[in-house]
Amino acid sequence: MSDASLETAPPASAACDDDAGFGDFFALLKPRVMTLVVFTALVGLLAAPVAVHPVVGLAAILFIAVGGGAAGALNMWWESDIDAAMKRTAKRPIPAGRVTRDEAFAFGMTLAAMSVVMLWLATNALAAAILAFTIFFYVVIYTMGLKRWTPQNIVIGGAAGAFPPMIGWAAATGSISVESVLMFGLIFLWTPPHFWALALFMRGDYDTAGVPMLTVTHGRRSTRRHILGYTVVLAVMAVGAAFTGIGGPVYLAVALVFNAAFLRDAVAIWRRDEAQAEADNFRVEKHAFRLSLWYLFAHFAAILAEATLAGFGLGGFGMGIWS
Amino acid sequence: MSFRENHELHKRRFGRNLGLGLVLAGLVALVFGLTVVKVTTDDFRMLTDEQEIR
Repeated sequence: MSDASLETAPPASAACDDDAGFGDFFALLKPRVMTLVVFTALVGLLAAPVAVHPVVGLAAILFIAVGGGAAGALNMWWESDIDAAMKRTAKRPIPAGRVTRDEAFAFGMTLAAMSVVMLWLATNALAAAILAFTIFFYVVIYTMGLKRWTPQNIVIGGAAGAFPPMIGWAAATGSISVESVLMFGLIFLWTPPHFWALALFMRGDYDTAGVPMLTVTHGRRSTRRHILGYTVVLAVMAVGAAFTGIGGPVYLAVALVFNAAFLRDAVAIWRRDEAQAEADNFRVEKHAFRLSLWYLFAHFAAILAEATLAGFGLGGFGMGIWS
Repeated sequence: MSFRENHELHKRRFGRNLGLGLVLAGLVALVFGLTVVKVTTDDFRMLTDEQEIR
């Protein structure tokens, strides 16, 4: 080793700072999104009218989570330019320079293939096929295609996040039913008002990244109308689900309370103009966003509660429209 | 002959390697558990019983 090489070699501490740790690869899986995937898939699995062995159930949830994480890693691989431009995502492993794009791609593809094959072996072909389609839909249709082309990106992208309870249900039953489609619909219709509320008070980020959010392409007045429209449709479907096989009195009570609160916020957002919103630093929009997180959790917790009560011969109305 | 001191790379990547090792060990345990469950379920038993009868 020459003196020159000794002089030019980077200090060990600098290399240490740039090296990807285990946590960086875990961060590629979008763990916060994964918690939603795990929870809703678990509810789908447990609400299904077919008992699953706990080990098979654990494996199914784990592989669904890994599949969702793989889609997240592939999303970060493709969107590293957008992530670097947005304050909220600039510290992610790829824009921060700790993981290369190639590493993220290899990591995502390996986990995607492994999760689909393992879910098939652990449960059935239908569950694996829906998981494969979900990954394809999120990465190819949404991330590579629609996100940068259309302001309806959030609506269509929401479908990818809505599949986990259907996969959980399919893992248990080997089929698709009205109940699993309703759980899909709940997340699908919830996603637009949830993200548009976020876009109203995080406007700078999406403008900088050049993502055609509805707030940018159609204006903030139109976004406020869209939030109200989707929330009304969501409320009708969410309350209506109480009278199906996954519903019951507990679910109905939860749905009435949370839909009334979410509708109240949506109406308030619709009635406000930008001057009012900026005057109180988007208080109502931020409240609606936080409430939407609790909204989804409460609905799926109520579905789980009804499934648990059904195990004791309780819950449900015993007059499900489709049950 | 004495062991050389660990390379700096090994120290730096210890956390990553430990994490990967634990994940792989967990995966092995899960696949083993799944195998036990699958071969002890009724469907599998019925299949082996039929084969024995033949």
